[in-house]
Parts: sequence; C-alpha cells; structure tokens
Amino acid sequence: MRTVCFYFQVHQPYRLKPYRFFDIGEDHYYWNDYLNRNVIQKVAQKCYLPMNSLLLELIQRYQGRFKVAFSISGTFLDQMEAYAPDVLESFQRLVATGHVELLNETYSHSLAALKSKDEFFALVHKHQDRIKALFNGYSPKVFRNTELIYSDDIGAMVAELGYQGMLTEGAKHVLGWKSPNYVYSNAKNPNLKVLLKNFRLSDDIAFRFGDKTWGDYPLTTDKFVNWLNALPKEEPVVNLFMDYETFGEHQWAETGIFDFMRHLPEAIFSQSNFSFSTPSEVVAALSPVSSIHVPTPISWADEERDLTAWLGNDMQDEAFDRLYELEKKIRKIKDPELLRDWEYLQTSDHFYYICTKFFSDGSVHEYFSPYDTPYDAFINYMNVLSDFILRVEAASKK
Amino acid sequence: MKVLMFGWEFPPHISGGLGTACYGLIQGMNVHKQEVIFVVPKLWGDEEPVADFVNASGVTVDYRERRFKKLWKNLTYLEVNSYLVPYLGPKAFKKFTDYAIHDRTDVDESIFSTNYQFSGKYGKNLMEEVSRYALVGAQIARDRTDFDIIHAHDWLAYPAGIAAKEISGKPLVVHVHATEYDRSGESVNFPVFEIERAGMHAADHVVAVSQLTKNICVRKYGIPPEKVTVLHNAVLDASIITSSYQKKVPEKIVTFLGRITYQKGPEYFVEAAKKVIERDPNVRFVMAGSGDLLNKMVDRVAELRMGTKFHFTGFLKGDDVDHMYAISDVYVMPSVSEPFGIAPLEAVRHNTPVIISKQSGVAEVLNNAIKIDFWDVDAMADAIFGLLHYPSIARMFTELGADELKKLKWEHVAAKLVTVYDKILAQRA
Repeated sequence: MRTVCFYFQVHQPYRLKPYRFFDIGEDHYYWNDYLNRNVIQKVAQKCYLPMNSLLLELIQRYQGRFKVAFSISGTFLDQMEAYAPDVLESFQRLVATGHVELLNETYSHSLAALKSKDEFFALVHKHQDRIKALFNGYSPKVFRNTELIYSDDIGAMVAELGYQGMLTEGAKHVLGWKSPNYVYSNAKNPNLKVLLKNFRLSDDIAFRFGDKTWGDYPLTTDKFVNWLNALPKEEPVVNLFMDYETFGEHQWAETGIFDFMRHLPEAIFSQSNFSFSTPSEVVAALSPVSSIHVPTPISWADEERDLTAWLGNDMQDEAFDRLYELEKKIRKIKDPELLRDWEYLQTSDHFYYICTKFFSDGSVHEYFSPYDTPYDAFINYMNVLSDFILRVEAASKK
Repeated sequence: MKVLMFGWEFPPHISGGLGTACYGLIQGMNVHKQEVIFVVPKLWGDEEPVADFVNASGVTVDYRERRFKKLWKNLTYLEVNSYLVPYLGPKAFKKFTDYAIHDRTDVDESIFSTNYQFSGKYGKNLMEEVSRYALVGAQIARDRTDFDIIHAHDWLAYPAGIAAKEISGKPLVVHVHATEYDRSGESVNFPVFEIERAGMHAADHVVAVSQLTKNICVRKYGIPPEKVTVLHNAVLDASIITSSYQKKVPEKIVTFLGRITYQKGPEYFVEAAKKVIERDPNVRFVMAGSGDLLNKMVDRVAELRMGTKFHFTGFLKGDDVDHMYAISDVYVMPSVSEPFGIAPLEAVRHNTPVIISKQSGVAEVLNNAIKIDFWDVDAMADAIFGLLHYPSIARMFTELGADELKKLKWEHVAAKLVTVYDKILAQRA
C-alpha cells in the first residue's frame, strides 16, 4: 500500500474588539462581531465554498477513491452557524458522502494540553459533542491537537481519551534521519499511532505554490507526482497536512491552486501507484515502525517547529498564566456566558498575535494579526482579561 | 508698553504646554493693560482675539534688504547642520534623519522666496521653518516700530527674537519653558543646544519657568544668575472640576498621564507599581499616553507579571483626559527633568492627590503634594501606598491643594514680567 493522506485544518478565532481600559468593569462583551463575520464571509467566498464544491465534485467523480480529512475547530463551527450557514451545509454534504473524515481537537483551538489535563479533556469532550450534533452523530477516531502541538505526554493523554491515532509535524529535530512517511507510535503508550506531516511536500503546496521566486515554480501535477514517485518505494504514506485556507486565501485562485487540486487525483491515479486514504484508514492499515520520542512539545509553526509562536516572551507567558490561574474558579461556575468567554479566550491565536519573533521584519504573523504590533495585542488582551477576572471573582463569590 | 512676542503655537492648535502658557501669559498681560503683538508661524483663524496676532505665513520677506542677507548667512549654518525635531527617541530620530538627509536639496531658494507657508508643527522641516521664522522676525521688526521690547518663547522662536533685536535694536527677553537637557538628558542635540545658548546670550534678560530651569540656564548655558528671573507658570482656571464620570472597577486607581518618553520617567512608575501591588493587590495602575518608550514599558509590565493590574490606554484626548483624572485616586508625575509640569495642577483641580518628582518645577509652587526623587521608587511606592490607605493625607491635600491653586494666577505672573521689562528698559535709558 502506498497512499497520500490529506488533512485540512479549518479554524477561525473569535477576535477581540478594541477593548479600552475605560471598558473594564463595565463592558462584558469582548468579541469583534463585525470583523469576525467579515472574515468568515470573505474567506467563505474565496476558499470554503469553492473548495468544498471542488472536493465534492472530485469525491463524486472518483466514487470514493479520492478522500480527505478535516479538523474543524469549535470556534469555527460556532461562527459558521452564526455567520455562514451555507458553509456549514456544504461541509455537512461533504461528510455525508462517507469519504470525508472529521478529526477531533479542542473545542476552542486551545493550548490547554500544555497546562491542564482537566481543561484539555473538557475541551475535547465539548468538541466531540459539537461534531456529533452538527454532523449526524459523527464520532472521530483520530485526534489533532491545536497547531499540531505534540509531545510524549500529550500523546499519552490523547491515548487515554481512546483515540487510535494522532497527527503531528514531521519536525526535523525530532525525526533526525528517520522519514515522516511511516506510522510511528507514542513513546509512552504504544497503542496511539502517530502520523507525521511530510512538511516538504505539504509546504510545496501550502506555502510555495504561488511563489514565483521558488526554483520549482510553477508547480504542476506532473511535477508533484514525480516527486511522490521519487520517494523510496518502501515508504508507505505521505501525509499532506495544511490549513484549508491554503486554497483561495493564502494561495489566491489566480495562482492556479484550484486547478492544481482539480487535476491532482487524476495525475496520481494515472501516473503512480499511490491511492488516497484518510487518517483513520492509515492508522488501521499500517503498523508502527517504531516509537517516536518527543520529550518537549513540537508544533507545525515557523522554522523552529516549537511553541515560540504562542508562548515564550514575557507578554505571552503572562497572558497565558493569568488566564489559566482562573481554572479552579471556573470549574465551580455554571454561567454559560462566562464559560463561553473562558473557552474563546483560550484560543491560541490571541497568544500568536503577541509574538515578537517576527516583529521587525513583519511576515506571516503580521498577515494574520488584526493588531498593528504585538504590544497592542497584549494591551487589548490584558484589558479584556482584567474585566474577565473581575467577573469570575464576582461569580465565584455568589 | 507694547511687547513683540514670538511663539510657536497657540490654542486651540497646540501639541504641548507651550501654547497654553503663552495664552495664559497674554491673558495676564491684558489684565495689566499691556499690549502684545503675538507672532506665530501659522494662524488658523480660530484663535481667541486676545492679542494683535501676526501670521508669519502671511509676511512677505523683502529679499533685497541687505541686512537680511547677513542674518541669513548665520542661519544657514544652523540649516545644514541640523535635522531634528524635539521629542523623538533615538530610533525615531535615526529614521527621521535618514529621511531628511536624502530629502533636502533646495533649502536655500525655498526659504528665501518671498512667500513661505509654515506648517507650525514639529515636522521634518522644523529647522527650515525656524530659519525662515527668523527672517520673518527681522521683517516684522523693520516694518513695525510700535513696540518697546521683544519676547521670544523657547528655542524655536529664539532666532526670530535675535533677528528682531538686530534689526530694531530693541531689548530682547527669552523665555525658557524647557531646555534640551530636559528633553534629552545628557545626550543633547547639539544644534538645538546651540540655538538655546545663542538665544540666552543674545538676550538682555532670561525668564525661566522654575528655579530648576534657572539652574540649568546658569550651569549648562553659562548665563550669569542675575540675568535670569524665575516666573512660575500659572493655571488658566483654578476651579475645582466635579465629574459625574464613575469608576467601573472596585480597585483604587493610580495614574501616570503624559508622554511616555525619557523626560517623564515612566519606568520609575512601573517599578513603583510592582512594589505597591506586592503589598496591596487591590490597586490598578494606568499609564495613559503615548511615546517612544511605550513598548518598552509594556514589555517590562509583562516581565513583572502585572498585566492584569497595570493598564495602558494609549494617547488620550478630550473628555477621556478628564475621565482619567476623575477616576484616579492618586496621580503620579515621576519626571526626570520637568521645567514646570502643568499636569499635576490639573489633577489637583479634579481633587486627585498628587505625587511629583523633586526634579519638576511645579514642586516649587505646589506644597500640598508628596515630593520624591524620580529615581527613588521605594519612596514613590510608599507615597502611593500611603495616599491610598491613609485617607486623611489625601483629604488634606485635596482641601489645601485647591486653595494653593487659586494663588497661581497668570495676572500675578504678568505683573512680575512687567517689572522685569521695566527694569530692562530703565537700564537702557
């Protein structure tokens, strides 16, 4: 068996509105509804709707031989329901074909796995419930953590939750000489199989596709299939993991990304012996070649493939610590609005905006941030958090 | 008596305290029936008609006048040597000079043309504007003979004052509202220092807004102490402001309100905040304002892990400023070097007790305030804690501070200024 496994991440955060010091103690609504709705609706036109319809067309044309997997964050599900029900319907249609797999993650695309097992489990269960409710009782078998963050400990927790497999980055510093194109197992619990992203081939599509300065530009389906064929014959699986917004948003339609995807299945079927599989099919079909040791967490972000996009500078650490200090009090509170805000405030994007790594040359981080600088992001988040703390304290005194 | 005054800005178009001080001084002069011809680079038309205003942008310079050519030669020296604006940090200054150096070629012709539009701001052509302003000063001094004395406010107007003195032969008073040492510490911009020095030396008399500033004039600029008179600033309105604006948080609020720059000492406020929060978590600190040290302060607050208790508002204007004073329980001005500093008096008007640094001129006139050295963060933290927890001091300050405020009137300042003028004119006669 040689197979290609596509997984797309679908996520949008609830962005905060500009929240001033004067609002603390008075205004308890934090979310920038206008911006959030605009982003969802804009990206729906450029990416979600056209790409969903293309995938549906391909699945029907190849009668299930072409298949993909999605992980859809809870914050995205909520915003889809509120702002773009047509997008939700198109995802439901895809899942109904039986050839689209859904993965579980934390409901609010949170970094809880790094901080609290209780909170992590609670958010996973909430995501399970949301998926079940929106997709006709669907129950995912494979897990993907926020930003593909993975470590031996996180894998062990995921195994404890009953998942058979988990996705993460094929980070160079973890793999060494090993290839990402095999199935591995968690170092603490061998029952959990680990699928690793082939970052070279994934990023050829996700990041380099439209880059005219790239030596291999333009990327054609023929070229891509040649690269697949050039891989050592014994390597069974190529995991192509990427943000769903790659299609039409990060790579605009004008780059030809949709045409590339439209013709890729045909090229793979006719010019190679690769098939398509979903993560749960890969997990079921392949045995691990060895365990993989990841003592410190890895992710799919930046060159470093570590956590420094979200945590590590003083501002990020302070925001993160202050937020999770509230966990014990939150457990005792039943107020649904406070719980919603607690979950949305955990979304990793808030911490990503405070990253100063690329502050000077402003690259991919800036593109995704609604703030001018990480300092603005920090000030705004802390103002909101200050108000949130007041509410939590008031509620826990009741 | 009639005074020819050169300023740089005038309310309502102001970016700092200079315009407000000029306005107050003129109001005071009017009480004593002194006439003022007030020149500004740009008039906007909505200024209150308190003086005989002259719009420098509307003055045509007669380029055939031989004496102007000589003046211009001296000014050109400033021109080519300086690319600067006040109130910029090193980084912003670097960016600015890179831009300015590549950008300036035809300075000579444009300035010496008959018509010149001033921006009246503190922009990239500041030096060019200062030079042209001097030429306008010369022209006005030639055209108008109905004034007895010349008075120039701060370095931007000194060259104009000097030029007017050279053309008219009338005595010159320069009014020091701030010096380059206040703005930049020991890393002074030499061209600005040079203008300040030249202005103070060319003047017949120097007026400083505080003893602190007088000391700088004497020590750093080599002016004989008997040539410098201290005239403290005053307040336009000493009435107590009662705001209906309500605080939304249960904690007490301690506020820093001002430009977040070296001169204002924001870092000492941050360090003191940490010490207070360690002892009393029921306090919130607010740093209101903007400036080149803002990001550094944000970083430090995060490093000290007090981001949920220390807030930044960005630049405040209009009602927000009043609201900020109104909800503050303590106002702190930890300036490293503040020639006067009007903001604490605003706080007093809002019945907010104040802590000011000994390195501020206002400390010389405000007795009902706690005074600390800007660098003494322990003393600052003690003072904040004390004002928050022992309400009797705070109550006393607000009661007595209001009385003190009433004594700080511009008409008193103007009266003293008139005696300074009289003395100079008497010496001449």
